[in-house]
Amino acid sequence: MVISRKPSHLIVAALLALMPLLSIANENHGEATSTHATEAVAPAGEEGHGEGHETGDIRSEIKSHINHHVLDSHDFTLFADDKEGKHFGFPLPVILWDGELHMFSSAEFHHAENGVVESNGKYYVLSHHDGKIYRTDASGTLTEDEKSGHPTNVHPIDLSITKSVLFIIITAILMFFLFTRLAKSYAKNGGIPKGMVRIFEPLVVFIRDEIAIPNIGEKNYKKYMSYLLTIFFFILFLNLFGLTPLGVNVTGNLTITFSLAILTFLITNLTANKNYWGHIFWMPGVPYLMRIVLAPIELLGVFIKPFSLMIRLYANIFAGHIVIMSIIGLMFIFKSWIGSPLSFGLAFVLSILEILVAFLQAYIFTMLTALYFGSANEEHHHEEAHH
Amino acid sequence: MTIPNIVGAGLIVIGAGLGIGKIGGSAMEAIARQPEASGKIQTAMLIAAALIEGIGFAALFAA
Repeated sequence: MVISRKPSHLIVAALLALMPLLSIANENHGEATSTHATEAVAPAGEEGHGEGHETGDIRSEIKSHINHHVLDSHDFTLFADDKEGKHFGFPLPVILWDGELHMFSSAEFHHAENGVVESNGKYYVLSHHDGKIYRTDASGTLTEDEKSGHPTNVHPIDLSITKSVLFIIITAILMFFLFTRLAKSYAKNGGIPKGMVRIFEPLVVFIRDEIAIPNIGEKNYKKYMSYLLTIFFFILFLNLFGLTPLGVNVTGNLTITFSLAILTFLITNLTANKNYWGHIFWMPGVPYLMRIVLAPIELLGVFIKPFSLMIRLYANIFAGHIVIMSIIGLMFIFKSWIGSPLSFGLAFVLSILEILVAFLQAYIFTMLTALYFGSANEEHHHEEAHH
Repeated sequence: MTIPNIVGAGLIVIGAGLGIGKIGGSAMEAIARQPEASGKIQTAMLIAAALIEGIGFAALFAA
């Protein structure tokens, strides 16, 4: 991250760092006022337990709010006012494959009286338990499993444009335009990039000179550069989108990091040369008995490498979102003069730390991917391997 | 979350913290000895720290 010495740039950077505070505080604000209202309605019932019950209520509300934020959803809510029951945002298309294609807007779930949407003679309902769509009957009954509490209804194949999918598409379009412009400006100005996009040049050069060439080698690095650049900027942009008030959590979603890791796994193993497989199944330079012992361990390592890539990115971003939102939630639990400055200060510092983490995780993912590609392309330099 | 889970999570965090702290401290010493190699040392430090972090997170999910 490059922060210029100019104070104005620092102020802009600080304001950007404060942006998550804005969105999350906004959403919680609506909920906090709603609990005030319910408290005012029923104060006479249990006066002794009123205070404790109310803080417990806010705690569970903050908890459910955080749980809702970190999951994917079928509509895009910018902020909500629970007191008046208003949601500010827009619905997203729902696409289901259930024997045939069903397409409808997710707004229909809110407009229908009991949340049941009819499409081509089949009925669907959005479960509030896990945010997934289930097939149901006209009255909308969901049978729940006693042990886990998950609905046991038929779950159709869901190809909807959810919030995460929307942001993956937006990032793809953004990256396409930014980097096409960067590439074009090189051709136009005789090798010197021009305009806003040139801020990406140092990053591209950094990935080539510090990540690709030292890890993969001068000979083979070119065929992996496009993939390395793509995952670096994809993860970086989505991490940074997660810190804006839009409230998306794409790279903190296990399915998305799984897809990224499996791409790395496939490219590593499909482009590997015979030395790579030789080092796995018949390790050169060790006694014969050791080779038999080492083979299963090395084979396990092939799968553990992408698995750790997947878990690392997911857990870092997921934990970052939860910590920031919990600290902002402190404001509503303390309810005294100390709460707001404390949670404001902590959230401010943590947001700056999260920007660092956004860059660091994109770097680590790209770095380790390059390292695995390098190991798949290693030439044999052991003397005994020549005999 | 039950008490054994919480204690286990605490132990994992202590272990991972000690490991990453050792890496960071050694990298500092190495950079102080050879400032011209700081780039290479930082890269190696980040990789080692990331590997420990990965194990730590995997254990936290199991806990």
